[in-house]
Amino acid sequence: MEFKVFDLGLVQYQKALQLQKELLSSVKTGLLKSALILCRHYPVITLGRIADKKNILVAESELKARGIQLYDSERGGDVTYHGPGQLTVYPVFNLQYFQKDIHLFLRQLEEVAIGLLSDFGIKADRLSGLTGVWVGKQKIASIGIAIKNWITFHGSSINIKKNDLDNFSLIRPCGMDIEMTSLETVLGRDIEIDHLKESLVHKLRAVFYDKKNIFQEAIL
Amino acid sequence: MTKVILPALGEGIEKATVSYWYFKEGDKVNEKDDLLELTTDKATFNLPCPCAGVLSEIFFREGDSVNVGQVLAVIQEQ
Repeated sequence: MEFKVFDLGLVQYQKALQLQKELLSSVKTGLLKSALILCRHYPVITLGRIADKKNILVAESELKARGIQLYDSERGGDVTYHGPGQLTVYPVFNLQYFQKDIHLFLRQLEEVAIGLLSDFGIKADRLSGLTGVWVGKQKIASIGIAIKNWITFHGSSINIKKNDLDNFSLIRPCGMDIEMTSLETVLGRDIEIDHLKESLVHKLRAVFYDKKNIFQEAIL
Repeated sequence: MTKVILPALGEGIEKATVSYWYFKEGDKVNEKDDLLELTTDKATFNLPCPCAGVLSEIFFREGDSVNVGQVLAVIQEQ
């Protein structure tokens, strides 16, 4: 089984969300087995299902003045920021073909980011009890998902560009006092986001299509 | 009468919070309709109706925390 990759480049949040919903429906009807969206977003702040608006630290007019959109989102988690300096991935995966385990799926998304970063010689880790990927005490990848009929949507964002981190100061990411970092910050050099896409897809395949999963597919 | 139970969600997840009911008590429901949305720390997910009938009783409101195995609602089959 394979997932179909949709590379949207730089898009508005709503446009990627719309495609996720279309893909969700295609996966549900069996037209597609699974799909993956890769994109970067124009600056946007999204509020997850458990978000507290107090975690946005500036007025809505201030966000508007900065050209940052604001949306409610049905994903899990609190508030987050997306921008063009992140690589965002939305796996629309039918967990019936993998393992019907929400917790495991979050851990697998973390593993993908950890693997990608290790290719750059960066030692990234999970922090016990917190979802996401961290370099030391600083967060480099954020995760928030939604599941319908065991099909996933929303997903994960990895901070790549250094100059996009400033906008995180407008919020309390995930409702916590978290310091964010990026691949460029850690490495101290420029990174082209487009160069990471292939590697990311490769990591996703490695994590989700190991021997155990291939076996599961075979018995379906 | 069919009980709607919070199923096992994966290792280490023992509870979830009701975030949205798509129906209210007394509503007619069809099998596989989305019945309610639940939220864990970083994930939201829907539970479908296990059967068609009338949603006769809801035991947990939006914002309530529910343990795996607890009865969320009862559907009266017709």
